[in-house]
Amino acid sequence: MQAAPPPNVFESVATTGQEEFTLDTAAELAAEEGATQIQGKSPWVLAGRRLRRNYVALAFLGVFLLVVVCCLLAPVYVSQVSHIPQNDVRTGAVVVVSGKKVNVISQGGTKIVNGQPVIKFGGVPIGSQWGAAGGKYILGADELGRDVATRLLYGGRNSLFIGITSAAICTILSVVLALVSAYFGGIVDWIISRFFDLIWAFPVVLLGIALGTALSVNGFHHGPINISSGSLWIPIGVISFVFIPYIGRPLRGQVLALRNREFIEAATAQGAGPVRIMFSELLPNVASSVLVLFTLIVANSILTEVGLSFLGAGVQLPNPSWGTMIQEGSRLLSTAPQISLFPGIAIALTVLSLNVFGDGLRDALDPRAKIRIEHG
Amino acid sequence: MVAYIIRRIFGMLLVLLAVSFIVYFIFIVIPGGDPAQRIAGKVATQANILAIRQKLGLDRSFIVQWYDLVKALFTAKLVSYSNQTNVVGQIKQGLPATFSLAIGAGIIWFGFGVLVGTISAVTAGRISDRAITALALIGISMPVAWLGLILRFFLAGDGGSGVSWFPDGSYVPLTSNPAQWFYHLILPWFTLAVLFIGFYGRVLRSNILDTINEDFVRTAKAKGLSTHRILVKHVLRASLIPIVTLFGLDFASVLGGGAIITETVYNLHGVGWYAAQSIQSEDLPPLMGVTLFGAMFIVVFSLLVDIAYAYLDPRIRLS
Amino acid sequence: MGERLLEVKDLNVKFATEDGIVQAVDGLSFELERGRVLGIVGESGSGKSVTAMTLMGLTRGINARFGGEVLYKGTDLLEVSDRDMQNYRGNELGMIFQDPMTSLNPVYRIGAQIAEAIQAHKKVDRRGARARTIELLHQVGIPNPESRVDDFPHQFSGGMRQRAMIAMALSCNPSVLIADEPTTALDVTIQAQIVELVSRLKDDFNSAVIFITHDLGVIADIADEIIVMYAGRVVERGSKRDIFYDPQMPYTWGLLGSIPRLDRPRPERLHTIKGSPPSLINAPEGCKFRPRCPHAFDKCMQEPGLENRVETPGHLDRCWLDVDYKREHRDETISGDSVEAA
Repeated sequence: MQAAPPPNVFESVATTGQEEFTLDTAAELAAEEGATQIQGKSPWVLAGRRLRRNYVALAFLGVFLLVVVCCLLAPVYVSQVSHIPQNDVRTGAVVVVSGKKVNVISQGGTKIVNGQPVIKFGGVPIGSQWGAAGGKYILGADELGRDVATRLLYGGRNSLFIGITSAAICTILSVVLALVSAYFGGIVDWIISRFFDLIWAFPVVLLGIALGTALSVNGFHHGPINISSGSLWIPIGVISFVFIPYIGRPLRGQVLALRNREFIEAATAQGAGPVRIMFSELLPNVASSVLVLFTLIVANSILTEVGLSFLGAGVQLPNPSWGTMIQEGSRLLSTAPQISLFPGIAIALTVLSLNVFGDGLRDALDPRAKIRIEHG
Repeated sequence: MVAYIIRRIFGMLLVLLAVSFIVYFIFIVIPGGDPAQRIAGKVATQANILAIRQKLGLDRSFIVQWYDLVKALFTAKLVSYSNQTNVVGQIKQGLPATFSLAIGAGIIWFGFGVLVGTISAVTAGRISDRAITALALIGISMPVAWLGLILRFFLAGDGGSGVSWFPDGSYVPLTSNPAQWFYHLILPWFTLAVLFIGFYGRVLRSNILDTINEDFVRTAKAKGLSTHRILVKHVLRASLIPIVTLFGLDFASVLGGGAIITETVYNLHGVGWYAAQSIQSEDLPPLMGVTLFGAMFIVVFSLLVDIAYAYLDPRIRLS
Repeated sequence: MGERLLEVKDLNVKFATEDGIVQAVDGLSFELERGRVLGIVGESGSGKSVTAMTLMGLTRGINARFGGEVLYKGTDLLEVSDRDMQNYRGNELGMIFQDPMTSLNPVYRIGAQIAEAIQAHKKVDRRGARARTIELLHQVGIPNPESRVDDFPHQFSGGMRQRAMIAMALSCNPSVLIADEPTTALDVTIQAQIVELVSRLKDDFNSAVIFITHDLGVIADIADEIIVMYAGRVVERGSKRDIFYDPQMPYTWGLLGSIPRLDRPRPERLHTIKGSPPSLINAPEGCKFRPRCPHAFDKCMQEPGLENRVETPGHLDRCWLDVDYKREHRDETISGDSVEAA
């Protein structure tokens, strides 16, 4: 539904359904005077057109999708390339590199302590082999002899899954809360705003580890919901929860601004109920903000998961994630940097792609058309 | 104005009360199971558990429990059960490192963020802008943990690359050796600041570009003011207000122990580091304490930021 | 005739936008003498605001191209450097804008903003600037200027804000005041006051005024000469008498017809001009008004030149219609009784 045009100073001018004199504001000059050609086309079509012209943003979207696809193809990598299953601990193993036999973990190897393999002092996992070992240990091994590249892909699956799912859940929850809060106003608005404020009052990371730790002690067993403590749903729940005010507050502000516009009054007068007004009238008008915010929250969710897992309050071992890998590698930084290095590169690349694409999306959706140089 | 402040202080106290309730909720109620056992931690003995149960009044009602918890927190009697240390005492010990990290990094990130954002906006579209934007995007895309490790690897004593320009983490108190204190903090400051510089630079750039299109800037131009004056007195003045708000809250967050990862990577024994240690041992009282500590800083700084905002924007002041 | 202050010759302004090149102003020429008021009238997209801003150099940018000349006291302002333009703005040319609420910086006091304008161009100290500011506020009719000088913009009413803006624009005694739709955002009752204020100040400061509006009714009193713009071009130009009593362009008739009037029988609907302004990127062939003109005929496919077709010299128009035909038929169009030509 279109928003009503600004009120005309000359109230008595009746519209015949066609164009009437419209008021000009000097600041919107060039955009207005070029705008008559694009009348009649919906904002989404225009946005799509602008986005299609933004090659950089599209390229980075491609990079992101590529990363996702690669991670999804993790099992294929194992079966076709590395032939080392994800959790295969191969501390004592030997691999053929350029014809010679090399210990996967050299200088000391491992010993078994309490049933777990532990590196004896000085043990160094093999570094990045690239092509030399015929597909095995392309990026090197970690402290338990596992293939870093394989874990990178499987870890990526988890990190991306958590990031995207948390962002989706968070966005849906925030949108509903913002709509309800702004539409109903009064005590409902007050409660929901205080709810936002309270979450906002905690430093993100602290709240994340507080919730993450509390939940991973025992899992979550209340009512019908039973989540065990190693489940991926714990970090997902934590991250979705923590970012609620980051979407909820700005959205609530935007919806509030629209709440009292005439088109809402008109819809109410036509008998539309709250649900219809919220979802068919208000939501489409903030849809572009929601899209942009969603993209940014995915990026932040991935980074948050990495942080939480690094500290031990996110994904729990032995599940791999990019964050746990960085943490595992931090102890072996000088001798086996590959364990921490590659996950970080993967994260930076993924998040960068999301940020660049998010920027491009925001530029495309911005109603104030940008003016660019053309020749002539 | 004074009435406004008093009202806000009351509100703040209410929020802190609610925050303490949430902390209670998170650590006692959410996990379910036996709270006493949980608080006692992994290496608990039966005697520990019984003692906790009695001390925290876990056999008493919901509200009484909460009240006792708050009392314990505020009277500094909250004790960690896995190593028998007093939580509040430990937090106090972590303050110098955390504050040193926060204040230094804060100055750096605010100063550079404003500088970078302004340059980027004023030269919009040109090489300097593109380069800054690219660097900023990369800066906000790197996980802090990884950045810290990379810097340590390449530039600090740990370095497998052999370069040892900087010491490898750990905190030297200001009072014992100012030069070393500074030297040891350079890498942590930089690591923490990078993310914020990138973010603030972009936000400021966006604000400035929006403000330049405002009507009052057009008027300033029409008055024949110099470009420099328009930029500083009109454009920046308006564009910086949201940045001040953001900075207040981010700074509060770091002061309150929110820079856990940086402190951990560089082995700075601050408040955040203390919290990180407790995660491994699933030791809950320290986490409760630090969480409350962090929230307290944010709530107080929220109030300070609102007051600053009222000072900067007279429309708020007089309404 | 006073000193000739401004001579615009064949001004051309083009903008590059993502949809194509916009020809915002095409071939505009006029002269302005001291003590005279020039009214520029047109609807949105006519190029009137772009003209005003270009005179002040406010449309300069990487995507703007200019042609022609804007001679202020002999100097072509289009060629003046950005830095030197700062000396002209506020000092020689003053400008006021449509919305005084957003045109004033909300965080600085009104007095401070006016004093800032003074101190940018004149060598006075703070006290001198403040004294002059109070004097100016008094001249524009703001009561209690000594106390109101320290108010913030949001503490002023709309009409008072516009008066303050006028004070600010005139603070350095510019020779030309450009008023871009100064009354559009104000109540009808305040509009008349502002128009009258501008007229009085023009005499007090001995300056010239360019008054831009979309409403002919607003400048009916004070304009000496009127230019009607459409699609970036001048379509009619003449003295106030010429335009109101012998309008030659059907577009002008439409503008006149849409002014609500008390002396005509009340129509069922107020007369409007059908259709919408043309695209400035892909302009229609021939006369730009042809698609909306109820009197268009085949010759209109050729663009008319801006020529003097009537007895009064200096009254120019861009219409092929025979002058007598126009004088016979225009009243129907103006009063809204006409049937649209097929």
